[in-house]
Amino acid sequence: MELMAKEMKLPELGENIEAAEVIAVLVAEGDSVEADQPILELETDKATAEVPAAFAGVVKTVHVKKGDQVKVGQVLITVDDAGSAATAPAKRRKPAAGKEGRKETPEPADKPESAAPPSGQEKPAADAEEARTDTPAADKGAGGEDQARRHEEERQRFREKQSGPAAASPAVRRLARELGIDVEEVPGSGTGGRISEEDVMAFARRLIATGGPGAARHPAAGRTAAAGPALPDFSRWGEVERHSMSGIRRKTAEHMAHAWATIPHVTQFDRADITDVEAFRLQYGERVSRAGGKLTVTAILVKLAAAALGKFPRFNASLDLDSEEILYKKFVHIGVAVDTERGLLVPVLRDVDRKSLTEVAVEMSELADKARNRKVAADDLQGGGFTVTNLGGLGTTYFSPIVNWPEVAILGVGRARPEPVLVDEEEFEARLILPLSLSYDHRVIDGADAARFLRWLAEALENPLLLTLEG
Amino acid sequence: MAGERSAELVVLGGGPGGYAAAFLAADLGRKVLLVDTETDPGGVCLYRGCIPSKALLHVARLLTEAREAEDWGVRLGKPRIDLDRLRAWKDQVVGKLTGGLGDLARKRKVVTVRGYARFRSARSIWVDKGSGDTETITFEQAIVATGSRPVGLKLLGELSPDRVLDSTSALDLPEIPPRLLVIGGGYIGLELGTVYAALGSRVTVVEMTSALLPGVDADLVRPLAARLETTLAAVLLETRVAGAEEARGGVQVRLEGKHAGASDQLFDRILVAVGRRPNSGDLGLENTQVETDEHGFIRVDAQRRTDEPAIFAIGDVAGQPMLAHKAAHEARVAVEAATGRAAAFEPRAIPAVVFTDPEIAWCGLTEAEARSAGRTVEVARFPWAASGRAATLGRSDGVTKLVVDPDGERILGVGLAGPGAGELIAEGVLAVEMGATVTDLKLSIHPHPTLSETLMEAAEVFFGHSTHFHRPRRKS
Repeated sequence: MELMAKEMKLPELGENIEAAEVIAVLVAEGDSVEADQPILELETDKATAEVPAAFAGVVKTVHVKKGDQVKVGQVLITVDDAGSAATAPAKRRKPAAGKEGRKETPEPADKPESAAPPSGQEKPAADAEEARTDTPAADKGAGGEDQARRHEEERQRFREKQSGPAAASPAVRRLARELGIDVEEVPGSGTGGRISEEDVMAFARRLIATGGPGAARHPAAGRTAAAGPALPDFSRWGEVERHSMSGIRRKTAEHMAHAWATIPHVTQFDRADITDVEAFRLQYGERVSRAGGKLTVTAILVKLAAAALGKFPRFNASLDLDSEEILYKKFVHIGVAVDTERGLLVPVLRDVDRKSLTEVAVEMSELADKARNRKVAADDLQGGGFTVTNLGGLGTTYFSPIVNWPEVAILGVGRARPEPVLVDEEEFEARLILPLSLSYDHRVIDGADAARFLRWLAEALENPLLLTLEG
Repeated sequence: MAGERSAELVVLGGGPGGYAAAFLAADLGRKVLLVDTETDPGGVCLYRGCIPSKALLHVARLLTEAREAEDWGVRLGKPRIDLDRLRAWKDQVVGKLTGGLGDLARKRKVVTVRGYARFRSARSIWVDKGSGDTETITFEQAIVATGSRPVGLKLLGELSPDRVLDSTSALDLPEIPPRLLVIGGGYIGLELGTVYAALGSRVTVVEMTSALLPGVDADLVRPLAARLETTLAAVLLETRVAGAEEARGGVQVRLEGKHAGASDQLFDRILVAVGRRPNSGDLGLENTQVETDEHGFIRVDAQRRTDEPAIFAIGDVAGQPMLAHKAAHEARVAVEAATGRAAAFEPRAIPAVVFTDPEIAWCGLTEAEARSAGRTVEVARFPWAASGRAATLGRSDGVTKLVVDPDGERILGVGLAGPGAGELIAEGVLAVEMGATVTDLKLSIHPHPTLSETLMEAAEVFFGHSTHFHRPRRKS
């Protein structure tokens, strides 16, 4: 029986995601695959995704391997397609093996609809350039080879610049360089496309506002501002080892650097007496676990924070510098920081204000599991209005979390400890005290607002009935 | 054995790259140590290159003008040249400048060590101070600025050493040889050939390729080539020296190529000016991670950092073009990078000047480069025959041209030939670096009557309405 060789390409992964790193190949040449069977595990900037087989067949060639950066539309495997076998024309060319298979594998004569989205093969050179900057992992090998490649790339860039230089004066070029911007990317507003200092500044502001491609320019993450001095040669003092940054690490570094560099942070601290909450938690924990969730202090805080955001809408806002507006969200989506093997992830719970505490607890458990098991989707990590990060499980007290831009505030939770508290003016009683830390964007929120917000939250923890008083 | 010193920054080589780096680093608060074989900084440029050659070229110009003055009604008589006085004056110019640099180094507390430095490791150098005196100096960062040296010709090895000159010994002015052969029609050969011709030598230039100043746009070379026809005995293109031997009354040279049969092949001295080679071979680089390319240039990135992160390289040893001003600029880049600034070497225009008569100067994109890169450019030329100032100098043979991007009308390159071209090119550099358009240049008032007007007029030529040169624009 003649079989038709068909390619499975990387489908769209989600908004703005063009490339991902292969973390596992789940099929081997000769394997039979069913439609929808996972064939690859990928890691994008923050999420892990499985790529399902688009159709059934026998794997003929695997074009990618663990560690590869793959782009949307890139051919992943070639499969002898069982489904089309009957109707396939009686010709069968042999697909070339190897990594370059993308270019060499013959296109099927009649491309079935099930074949993945348009391939990137025909893209112009500009996209090739993009690809180079979009795959920083490839730049981060170890040792001398890495250095040599860096040299070569820099030379290449230098040559490119020589051939088509941007019309910018040396001072403007220096400014761009110090801001970590490639001056060639800056649109010039002057005669003949001349780039002024203002053009560079405007471009920088846009980049910051959009978290745009500036980050991609700098493989070593977080260098959106001026690149720092080179590292000293640590080998002078002892042995060192280099590991490339994972996608999550890079993204975290970029995101944090951006938030830290652009948001004027203030952190305020407060304490809440959660003795009664704890009693409630222990009493009703069983009921929630029957529903499939875990009634944690974090779950309770998330639910109360949703109420607090309703009362203090500024904490559920974002700052639009371009339009000089503050954007208020009419929905209450709250991110919860999850510590995973691969690093920090912040899955977002939707519409917390409209869910019961049990629902919140159940959904939180599910999301945390997904995050830890690499099943969380990119969409699960977006759209939050406020973040809760609880380090209490690790025993910490106060800390100053970094605001999760474009949000404007984040609540840090420490470990609750029993402390003697003076009651009735003469008697000390052991009460369970929860340390709370609230970081916020001082451009949007003032200290007094923050104090009110945090106090309100503490009092709500101490006496949840207050909520009902206020409606 | 001497002890061990340390410095935050060690600079190897005290030429225009090395001392510029040392001085800037000192100004930025670094503890700097400069190693050079001379007592005072200066390097080839001051001791054996740019400066002494320009002193002598000034004399050559004076002699030429004195001769030309006869046409203008001024007879000065045959000049008598006191070679000892001339040499002393040149040495005094050099001494004044290098001594000044020594003072500047002391004022900046740059420690200078006289000797020859090699890397012992990526953290230390070993300085040979001669007569067995050595010293180890440790550093945190180093800048290699060891420059280049003239390439010799093996086939002249049989000749008595004082028959053969290189750029260094030629500048020592041992004598004015009646018949001088210059091997190499590049800028060094032509500059020194011009000096000796003005002093009275019969100078023959032999060049392997089909043009003088290989790589330079032909329209810029043409006025020079025309003038050399009258001042030199012969210019033999597409010709090479196949051999040379002592003969009665001089050195008999055997030529091959186009002018193999040239009549006069007996010379008193031979000046070898076939190129320069980077001084990277004996630096102990094998004790570091520093890599060199197939030409011996140290491999550097845009920050002039070598493969050894704490070691930078600048100037001739780090690649073409081998020009002092490029080295000095790289020095600033390297020091700024070493001190943590986001500096990069990314000039749009490195000016090049050939100090012949007429001078030739260019910067940015040349026509030849544009052609070989397949890039479309428009060229606007203004001949100095239309310049009033050139006429008053009796020198109407020059040309000024602009290489222009047809889309944005931006000036990508500037070329000049004529007396003073080396000074005029600076405006071109600024125009290219600033991304100036032809209109910018056209609308900038230039002083009359000067040669600088030729730049403005060339811009007007671009639009087809130069005041003093009528050539309607080809396209609408």
